[in-house]
Amino acid sequence: MKQTPEKRNALRDTPWLDPEQTPHVQLLDIRKNYGDFTAVDNISLDIYKGEFFSLLGPSGCGKTTLLRMLAGFEIPTQGRIILDGEDMSAVPPYARPVNMMFQSYALFPHMNVEKNIAFGLKQDKVPKAEIQERVAEVIELVQMQKFAKRKPHQLSGGQKQRVALARSLVKRPKMLLLDEPLGALDKKLRQDTQFELMAIQEKLGITFVIVTHDQEEAMTVSSRIAVMDHGRIVQVATPTQIYEFPNSRYVAEFIGEINIFQGVVENSDSENAAIISEEAGCRVETGRSTDIAENAHAWVAIRPEKFDISTEPPSDTRVNCMQGEVWDIGYLGNLSVYHVKLDSGKMAMAVRTNRARSIESSITWEDRVYLSWHPSAAVILSN
Amino acid sequence: MSEQNEIGFISNDPPHRAPGPIGSLHASLLAYTPYRWLAGKLAASGLRVRHLVIAVPYIWLLLFFLAPFLIVFKLSFSEYRIAIPPYAPIFEFIDQTYLQVRLSIDNYRLLFQDSLYIQAYLNSVRVAGISTLLTLLIGYPIAYSMVKARPRTRFILLMLVILPFWTSFLIRVYAWIGILKNEGLLNAFLLKIGLISEPLSLLNTDIAVYIGIVYSYLPFMILPLYANLEKMDMSLIEAATDLGCKPVPAFWKITLPLSLPGIVAGCFLVFIPAVGEFVIPDLLGGPDTLMIGKVLWTEFFNNLDWPLSSAVAVLLLLLLIVPIVLFQRHQQKTAESH
Repeated sequence: MKQTPEKRNALRDTPWLDPEQTPHVQLLDIRKNYGDFTAVDNISLDIYKGEFFSLLGPSGCGKTTLLRMLAGFEIPTQGRIILDGEDMSAVPPYARPVNMMFQSYALFPHMNVEKNIAFGLKQDKVPKAEIQERVAEVIELVQMQKFAKRKPHQLSGGQKQRVALARSLVKRPKMLLLDEPLGALDKKLRQDTQFELMAIQEKLGITFVIVTHDQEEAMTVSSRIAVMDHGRIVQVATPTQIYEFPNSRYVAEFIGEINIFQGVVENSDSENAAIISEEAGCRVETGRSTDIAENAHAWVAIRPEKFDISTEPPSDTRVNCMQGEVWDIGYLGNLSVYHVKLDSGKMAMAVRTNRARSIESSITWEDRVYLSWHPSAAVILSN
Repeated sequence: MSEQNEIGFISNDPPHRAPGPIGSLHASLLAYTPYRWLAGKLAASGLRVRHLVIAVPYIWLLLFFLAPFLIVFKLSFSEYRIAIPPYAPIFEFIDQTYLQVRLSIDNYRLLFQDSLYIQAYLNSVRVAGISTLLTLLIGYPIAYSMVKARPRTRFILLMLVILPFWTSFLIRVYAWIGILKNEGLLNAFLLKIGLISEPLSLLNTDIAVYIGIVYSYLPFMILPLYANLEKMDMSLIEAATDLGCKPVPAFWKITLPLSLPGIVAGCFLVFIPAVGEFVIPDLLGGPDTLMIGKVLWTEFFNNLDWPLSSAVAVLLLLLLIVPIVLFQRHQQKTAESH
């Protein structure tokens, strides 16, 4: 199938949708066992050149093991890793064109910043003048010029993180692996550094693979996210798709806050599949078809910010509308969070942006409220 | 002014700081009149009860280390004579009018004139130095493999290193006689497997002394090395490998330099006691084994020359002060850099 130039241009930022692209990294049926325990369970994955790819999941889901297999520290029990067309499975870590940024930063305490960064180039017997030049270049990239002669113990956490990044970039790897790179930084610094990381990645065009358990971080930096659970990949998609169209209850609950109600599928064939939910106390229309069989149990998921919360009933209270009593209110400044006890007894969570600057909120404790939403806001999930 | 301020114990501390165990003990003891009286008297002379607590180990050191040394030091300047005790007094009243002070430096002169002593000193340093090197070469791999072992195995290995301390040092050295002698275990084994046709004479040689010292002092090398290597972040080795360094060079470039504090500590802990070692060269060494500890023993017990043996002891101490001071400074430096 030949593509028009316009289409190809549109696909530049989404290479995974372009059938003509060959993946930069291919994981083929990777499995890793530790004795009886399966840490990584038959994972296949394509990562494209220049992607900022996140492996996201709770601790113990196998994301770090997967990353360490990419680095070469762990040997897959089964399967192959192809990088840029070459089979990496048997290549030891010191010979792989891949570098890793460690969670602990792993800076050599007996070497200063410059020597830490130059270490990798020295191993490759790069000429001295070139080492100097390249080290200076990355030090500038991470803005650590002032600290070049310092030892790691004289640096703050954020500075160490920069040095670790510089050290892993100086060899110009084909792929950079980042293991919880911002985990040790405080929240404000972490947010700033996320954007800096993205800028650096964009500038260098290196494929970044990042392991994180912080879903916000994954959402911010990634081109695509692989959500993992118990050694398997549950969903691979862009941050928007993951958030708006989770493919399972696990993904929906792992990423952000969500309300989930149980129900029975009605008219699944039509363009407007609906769920009759006793928990929600209404008929939930989704405006889309579903492949879940009619009359089967299913769940409907709605993000808290998709609700309109009001003390006035909407025109039709039987469809896409829940009723209940305000149980609790959390005021976060920019947002207010309402915990509403529905008539079915189930708790629902709604979020409203505090657009108006008022001390008195129109909705208060024990008010009877109506939560309504647009049909496109709800997602139908099988188990 | 509060009561506590009068007594001057807590007054200099910032008010928000919770008193430690000694501080709270002090506070509760203040309820008793004798203690209040003591604390009050101390405060009047600018002291605190805390000083008294610290004074205990100092007084101990003064009584049992400094005082005996001063006695030995004084003895080293007196003259030998056949009497009981076998030395001439330094201070003597003559005609109940004059105080005669007779300080002899003959003992020290002899130490430098008779090559036996210099030889013994140098030989001790050489034996201790070579033994230290051997303990390092044997101890490092042991400590390294202990750190690499699984936690359970690690504990067992650590126990095996410490276990010999539960037996008398003397008995362990005696045991080596049984192993090393001509009809001993080692020779019997080597003869049996046919590696040698007649027994090796190991006992009463320098080799036996080296074996004895290395065996006895190995734990002092292994334990500081183990403590050091255990703290090392293993991701550093991974980082080095990741940056293109093969495992063996990574050991030389990362592990070894970072374990230097452990190496230095272990070497001093072996070298310092090994220089003055007496039991091992006496039991395992031969008549030719010349070590200063043995010379000291001979002078003191066989020749009964207390003044000369005191001079030997003083010079040995001076000889050891250099490495001890170096060791102290090294410890301080590593403590500061952490």
